[in-house]
Amino acid sequence: MSADASESSVGTVIPQLIDIDAPLILDCGRLLPRHQLMVETYGSLNAEASNAILICHALSGDHHAAGYHDDERKPGWWDNCIGPGKPIDTSRFFVVSLNNLGGCRGSTGPNTVDPETGRVWGPDFPLLTVRDWVRSQGLLADRLGIAQWAAIIGGSLGGMQVMQWAVDLPRRIRHAVVIAAAPQISAQNIAFNEIARQAILSDPDFHGGRYFEQGVVPGRGLRLARMLGHITYLSDAAMRAKFGNDLKAPQPSFNFDVEFEVESYLRYQGEAFVDRFDANTYLLMTKALDYFDPARDYDDSLVTAFQQAQARFLVIAFSSDWRFSPARSREIVKSLVDAGRDVSYALIDSELGHDDFLMPLPDYHRMLRNYLSRVADEVGA
Amino acid sequence: MNAAVNELRPDLALIAGWITPGARVLDLGCGDGALLAHLAEQRGARGYGLEIDPANVAACVARGVNVIQADLDDGLRDFETGSFDYVLLTQTLQALQRPDEAIEEILRVGRTAIVTFPNFGHWRVRLALMNGRMPVTKTLSSAWYDTPNIHLCTVADFEALCAVRGWQVHERRLLNRAHREGWTIRLAPSLFAEVALYQLHGRVGG
Repeated sequence: MSADASESSVGTVIPQLIDIDAPLILDCGRLLPRHQLMVETYGSLNAEASNAILICHALSGDHHAAGYHDDERKPGWWDNCIGPGKPIDTSRFFVVSLNNLGGCRGSTGPNTVDPETGRVWGPDFPLLTVRDWVRSQGLLADRLGIAQWAAIIGGSLGGMQVMQWAVDLPRRIRHAVVIAAAPQISAQNIAFNEIARQAILSDPDFHGGRYFEQGVVPGRGLRLARMLGHITYLSDAAMRAKFGNDLKAPQPSFNFDVEFEVESYLRYQGEAFVDRFDANTYLLMTKALDYFDPARDYDDSLVTAFQQAQARFLVIAFSSDWRFSPARSREIVKSLVDAGRDVSYALIDSELGHDDFLMPLPDYHRMLRNYLSRVADEVGA
Repeated sequence: MNAAVNELRPDLALIAGWITPGARVLDLGCGDGALLAHLAEQRGARGYGLEIDPANVAACVARGVNVIQADLDDGLRDFETGSFDYVLLTQTLQALQRPDEAIEEILRVGRTAIVTFPNFGHWRVRLALMNGRMPVTKTLSSAWYDTPNIHLCTVADFEALCAVRGWQVHERRLLNRAHREGWTIRLAPSLFAEVALYQLHGRVGG
């Protein structure tokens, strides 16, 4: 077992835009004759192409999971977990991370140009499902020469893609690592997403999604959507510990300026998000989340859905996560057990909430490390 | 592979001998997964362990054993009736909130229950109590104030409960301190057995 001292960074990484020239039929009925995916890879593919791991990102994630871009000081979003000697060990595995179709970080999506019309897709970009992403990622695997992933790993909406992979393309995934996810979205989850969408749709700068042509972005709506999201990513206890209800000034000012620490945090998070994210993509991602339901194709039976799967599963939940609570992960585990699938489940003691799936908690990383080191042995990595 | 066999405690080896090849097994309080790994390798058994301790869960995962992190006191409601051939509860009965309800649940989920526990009727226990002290023995190694063992019973107590509840004792083995079946046990089982092992079936027609 590697000690922390032996962990290191994958270093500087350069994303690459990969052409997927095969046609993709989407669940909404529309067809994309070709698309492009922005991809980063870490480590090297072995001669048998048996050591590849796919990382699926969550709602606001992208392809930049590990290492550093030349012009940035902050590493990728899961740098604490991916690298030489880290739980997802790039000295053994070839790790592939992509910006999903419909994303706004370089892959074909609402903020790219539709080659048919020559103008920015914007609101004309088709709404997608998790199944569409799995198909698109399957085409990417073909393109990279990967017949079967050693493992596919994802947290939150990423974990949902992992489950869909196991059900839809069972022979192409050996191990499914599903973190802080849910078997489908609850009414409460949809409600939060709907408020986020309404915030964007009702922003006067939205212009029916054609805001680029107007030279504006619906920043207020996107900011509100992100602020709302952040509330659901943190536990009550974590917010209390982080911000309390302290006033920033000695006395209340009796107006609507930022007075409390938590307000300042949310406004900062909202502001930062507007600079890096696209409103149409946010709408599309929340819809994909709402549509996710692998049981729907199998008479609403998750057990029957999982009977299609051949992968072994590792399901991980966090005790303080109320967005996708441990009870939701237990539903996944129960259905896998009833389907006779191999599954392990770990409940990680945590404080932060949903966001803990991105944190280097020792119990969490030990679990991933132990599991993946067996996977590496198994595939000859 | 052979290392795992050699490592297996004698009481666990005895249990392994009871499991039919290819059986579906649920091991409650599976520890580091040694028994399940052995059953998978030697008997082609498939199944899951339930375990609460994070270090043990991580150890099971490192062995490639299916483990579900759970508190046994929360019951087995996530498991369907009759979904396992064997449900094992080794040396954990005495640490549960309601051992009787646990066994009812085990017999619902599994066709056969395999239950083992430390015999509180062992002569060393009795001797300690005669001297006015709570016993601290090899199988009951904690002091009274920090022991996880809150529902200790003797072989006679356990069999009385089985009789009252209508559970069928299909098989019984009593082992001494070295986890063997010696002549002393044949002479006075409830005095000399340190570990008791039972195979139970549910009520007839129940």
